[in-house]
Amino acid sequence: MQIFSKDKTYNFMGKSLPFIILSLLVIISSYIILGSKGLNYGIDFAGGTIVQVKYEGAAPIDKMRKQIAVDKMFAKASITEFGSPDEVVIRFMSSSDSVQEDLGDIITELLQGTGSFEVRRVDIVGPKVGGELREKGIMAMIVSIFAILIYITIRFEWRFAIASILALIHDISIAMGAIVLFNVDVNLDILAALLTLLGYSLNDTIIVFDRIREEVKNSKRFDLFEIINFSISKTLSRTLLTSLTTFFVVLTLWAFGGEIIHGFGLTLLIGILVGTYSSIFVASPMLKWLKFNVEDYKKKEAMKEKRKIDKEKMRAQYEQGIV
Amino acid sequence: MRKGGLNYRLVIFFLAIVFGVGLSAPTFLQTEKGAKISLGLDLQGGLYMLLGVKTDEAIKSKIKSIASSIKFFTDDNDIIIDDLKINEERLSLILVDPDEEKNLDEMLNKIPGLVLEKEKLNYDLSLNELEKEATKQYAINQAVETIRNRLDQFGLAEPNVARQGEDKILVELPGIKTGEDEQRARELIAKAAHLQMMTVDELRSDRAYDMSDAEASEYGDVILPDARNSKQKHVLKEVPILDGSMLTDAKVGFDQMNQPVINFSLNSEGGKIFGDFTGKNVGAHLAIVLDDKVYSAPVIRERIGGGSGQISGGFTLEEASDVAIALRSGALLAPVKLLEKRSVGPSLGADSIRSSMIALALGFLLVVIFMVVYYGLAGIIANIALIANLFIVLAVMALFGATLTLPGMAGIVLTVGMAVDANVIINERIRELFRQGSSIQKAVEKGYDNAMSAILDANITTLLASIVLYAYGTGPIKGFAVTMSIGILASMLTAILGTHGIYEFFMPRIEKSKNLSLWFGIKGKGK
Repeated sequence: MQIFSKDKTYNFMGKSLPFIILSLLVIISSYIILGSKGLNYGIDFAGGTIVQVKYEGAAPIDKMRKQIAVDKMFAKASITEFGSPDEVVIRFMSSSDSVQEDLGDIITELLQGTGSFEVRRVDIVGPKVGGELREKGIMAMIVSIFAILIYITIRFEWRFAIASILALIHDISIAMGAIVLFNVDVNLDILAALLTLLGYSLNDTIIVFDRIREEVKNSKRFDLFEIINFSISKTLSRTLLTSLTTFFVVLTLWAFGGEIIHGFGLTLLIGILVGTYSSIFVASPMLKWLKFNVEDYKKKEAMKEKRKIDKEKMRAQYEQGIV
Repeated sequence: MRKGGLNYRLVIFFLAIVFGVGLSAPTFLQTEKGAKISLGLDLQGGLYMLLGVKTDEAIKSKIKSIASSIKFFTDDNDIIIDDLKINEERLSLILVDPDEEKNLDEMLNKIPGLVLEKEKLNYDLSLNELEKEATKQYAINQAVETIRNRLDQFGLAEPNVARQGEDKILVELPGIKTGEDEQRARELIAKAAHLQMMTVDELRSDRAYDMSDAEASEYGDVILPDARNSKQKHVLKEVPILDGSMLTDAKVGFDQMNQPVINFSLNSEGGKIFGDFTGKNVGAHLAIVLDDKVYSAPVIRERIGGGSGQISGGFTLEEASDVAIALRSGALLAPVKLLEKRSVGPSLGADSIRSSMIALALGFLLVVIFMVVYYGLAGIIANIALIANLFIVLAVMALFGATLTLPGMAGIVLTVGMAVDANVIINERIRELFRQGSSIQKAVEKGYDNAMSAILDANITTLLASIVLYAYGTGPIKGFAVTMSIGILASMLTAILGTHGIYEFFMPRIEKSKNLSLWFGIKGKGK
């Protein structure tokens, strides 16, 4: 089976302007949502308590709300359905640092008489830990971006590195906008999803860049436009196929993986779409704006090649005992 | 035409499959022997806690125990001192007899890390920074040891207690199944188990209800509640005679009323202090204080030798047994506080396993079917690599005793999607070469060559992100990073080396059939 025609070269670069405008619009609206609503930090980063309760039959949320509000500490608690009508989570910002007295027990006590239920999960994160986790999360993002930047600079060239990082920032920004839009609680798993996305979206970009690098080195073409168009077209079926297979699994994860990894699945789902798009329409045009020069790169690569050959010659001579 | 059949790539791939299947078998079959993957707390249910240590309290209690030894020394040598008082992290006293100054100084100088400030005969004592830091460190390590001991004796399966970072303690209890179990375990962990023998301040014992804590402190006293009736108060001398550090054993016993009590014995030093004190103070009250509650305050009738005592206070048998465990494992030098807690009921864990298994199976199936439909036999070859990859991931995890968490499951699911990536790249390259008119042999060989740099660069960058995630992640997230990293590494072995070996093995047949549609899923005849 084949989906994409064999030898056609699509003119991506010629149409890059409208896509860039689209990207900018989406990014700007992402930041507007982010700025106005803000990330909805879950307890991992904000600190607080989550109690997950499962009822036999539908959970009497109104009744629960009334009974819990008796204690002032829980007056601002939110009670929401979790996956199914008989399961709810109770969230509140307060946490207690006492090991013996558990907030979950107090909730259980307050809920007596609302029906037959089972407390299935109690998570408490103190404010100090929340802050530390947030710091670590931001550090993880920064460190991995720098590690990738350095790696690509070594393997390719700094313009490729900058272009791929900009594409990454594009993807992460839009994914975060979606997180806010869909009211996903930002917990550690969302951080993991964003970091996976980082690696994943980079994958796509690198496959295209790899082709560009190959084309620059081997073909007689000098026009960056043409080279990029050709490379994207050649890798197009791979980019889309891999995205498709990954999309399949993430879709099943999102749909069937259970409520706890729902947010994780959603973030990846959007991320994969955006990542695939950006590797085609964002990363490569960036090379042009960064004033990537085909001739210079050819020369540099030729120098590298020459040095390598010289070295091998030297080694061969050395091994034969000439030097 | 090159000869097909066995080749080194296929042999390595075959060995990898044997390794994968062999080492993941114990996990699948749940055999008695062999390394298995253990389920994380989020999947099997259990209690995870991150505790902090109130190290300031450790310094205070160190000061207190120094005060106790000064009191014992001066009593023993008939040195008269007055106003022995503790004020947070400082200690003060007045020496009444100037002739003993040399004796007292000598004794004080022997205490390591003690800073002595003197104004005539007014002593002001504190600890230097080095000693404070050492005390804090010791308190944390001791808390880890003590909590570990207690939980080991509590009789739960596989408790894990470890120091984490600078000043935190990680406690993982997979064995907890019910809320009651959890409550008991938490109380056992947090119990200070601080046993003290204190003297009742006979002069002010009738002022227990009209004296403020501050005023009591002026006299070097503390007011503590009774264990049985918290409204009843006792006025005690702040500096204890001795504390639980000299305890050697504690056991549950029964008193004459057949009520559970805790019998404890002291080491020889403690026994001597106890004996000497009771000998000198016949007629006075002796209070047995556990965790700042007075359990009993009997009158001393005679010298009590032998160094043993009893705590009675209307315990249930369960409570008495937990208190005895706590006393035996030693007191916590400093109280612990809860920083983070995650408890998952076993039913939720089972639900999580079920739903992530469904996701894994479905996602896997979709990918496998897609590959066959799109690539023909080449897709099946890629699928063999994919299955081998799954086995290897599980085998490596079992080998290192890794824990499978819910995000870890997600990592495996994701690996499935990404592992076929390498084969997609290779197959697309091979097809491209066919279109350029390459022979079958050459298309396969060059296809692998051409795809290599892209696959390597893509995998290494993903690996970099996973490593960072591992370094900065905690708990379950680490599990995600682990499965992702192993999956990526294994995919290089299976998807690149393994499939290449299979092609080489079948090369004569492919070249004979020339059927590109069957083997590679594209129209045309090969050369």
